[in-house]
Amino acid sequence: MKVEEVPQDLKFFQGTVVSDVCYAVDADGNYQAVLSKGWDVKADALQTVLDDIDEQCEPIRQQVLRHEVSPLAYHMEKNLMDIDMLADNSGIAKRKVKKHMEYDEFMKLGADVLQTYAETLRITVDELKTVPEK
Amino acid sequence: MELDFVHKPAGHCENGVVANMLRFYGFDLPEPLIFGLAYGLFFSHMPFVKLAGLPVSSFRTFPGVLFSRVTNMLGFKTTTERFLVEENAMKALDKKLNEGVPVGCVVGMYYLPYMPIEYRFPFNGHNICIVGHDENTDLYTVSDPNCTQKVQISRKDLQKVRFTKGGTYPLFGQMYYIDKAPKQLPDLKPLVVKSLKQNAWYMTSQPSILPFFGVNGIDYLAKQMAHWEEKLGARKAALNLAQIIRMLEEIGTGGAGFRFMYGAYLQQAAQITGEDQLKEFSQRITMIGDKWRAFASDAATIFKRRKEAVTYADVAQQIAEIGKLERAFFTDLGSVAKGIKL
Repeated sequence: MKVEEVPQDLKFFQGTVVSDVCYAVDADGNYQAVLSKGWDVKADALQTVLDDIDEQCEPIRQQVLRHEVSPLAYHMEKNLMDIDMLADNSGIAKRKVKKHMEYDEFMKLGADVLQTYAETLRITVDELKTVPEK
Repeated sequence: MELDFVHKPAGHCENGVVANMLRFYGFDLPEPLIFGLAYGLFFSHMPFVKLAGLPVSSFRTFPGVLFSRVTNMLGFKTTTERFLVEENAMKALDKKLNEGVPVGCVVGMYYLPYMPIEYRFPFNGHNICIVGHDENTDLYTVSDPNCTQKVQISRKDLQKVRFTKGGTYPLFGQMYYIDKAPKQLPDLKPLVVKSLKQNAWYMTSQPSILPFFGVNGIDYLAKQMAHWEEKLGARKAALNLAQIIRMLEEIGTGGAGFRFMYGAYLQQAAQITGEDQLKEFSQRITMIGDKWRAFASDAATIFKRRKEAVTYADVAQQIAEIGKLERAFFTDLGSVAKGIKL
């Protein structure tokens, strides 16, 4: 790869201090370290994974709307966690986390437990209490 | 309190932390030199190890190996610590910082606040270096090789990322630092020659009963990839392919799965040893890297379902060709390295 070919396709790094460093060959044939803002090809790869997560979440979202599972089940999947990770990172017992996957049990939860789940999943309490409309 | 620490971004987090740390102790070695000396280039494709349901592939050596290898070679005394109690891990960090020592930490990406949210996967193997602590605001100054400048993180967040649970492997607040730097570096020439031999050996001498490692692994991946679509279905096959591209480009490889970084190393190696033939090897691995990038571009037409999409047989064929080129490359590099007189 030549220095002038280092891709600068800004997408996911927008508004952050995060950047890639690529090694590329200059006009004299010497390798240089060059900052890169991203590459469409790898952004497409990441987007494919993110789209797949959304697809996995859709049936769960439908179940929440039918009150078969709690919004917590949706947000757990959406934010890449499973029951073990959610329990370990929140400090809430696995047995309880499982119970909170039920719609009615979840609706009984107090503000502090909701706050703990929201922080563990990096979302707000308001987001946690519901699912997106589409 | 902030250490007089020069931060430079790098392709890969572990290389970058080591490079920045060594510079703090007065030894300014470029990232590719550190990567190459530690014979960091590798390939593995392990369908039986799963990360989020997808097989794990890697283009470099295993995490954590690089720091100990390079510092050992160059005559540094170092310490690595792990903790069971989170508060102790933070106290130990504060103590080293107060002694004026920059501290490398292995952290999880999931809760790292300055990362773009799309990158905050449950991946527990990121490396950062802590270089300052403000007692009043309780903010820590972080040198993260994936950032263009130093960043700050609260004590609460730092503790959380050092002990993120689940994901790839559990974290035990692992931290590492240099106890004692050498007065001067040893003669690099024998170390460079050794590194070339070792890297060639690792790539070409893996036993064929374990087809997952080194150039065998590339051949193995090519064979598997050709059948992904019929075996796994369109969705899973596309995810597998996207995952390969992410490991090749995304996780900070300097481009083409460290092949370009190794090309830069070979130029430095030519200079250190006075062996001009290593420059030709640099050109060869650059050409191989370009083929990896061409493969990535073609693969993207598949998982983005573009009209002009190529087939899995096409991309598998590209990988098979790369496998042949890398086998020849490392076989030749090994024999040339053996011939270099010290």
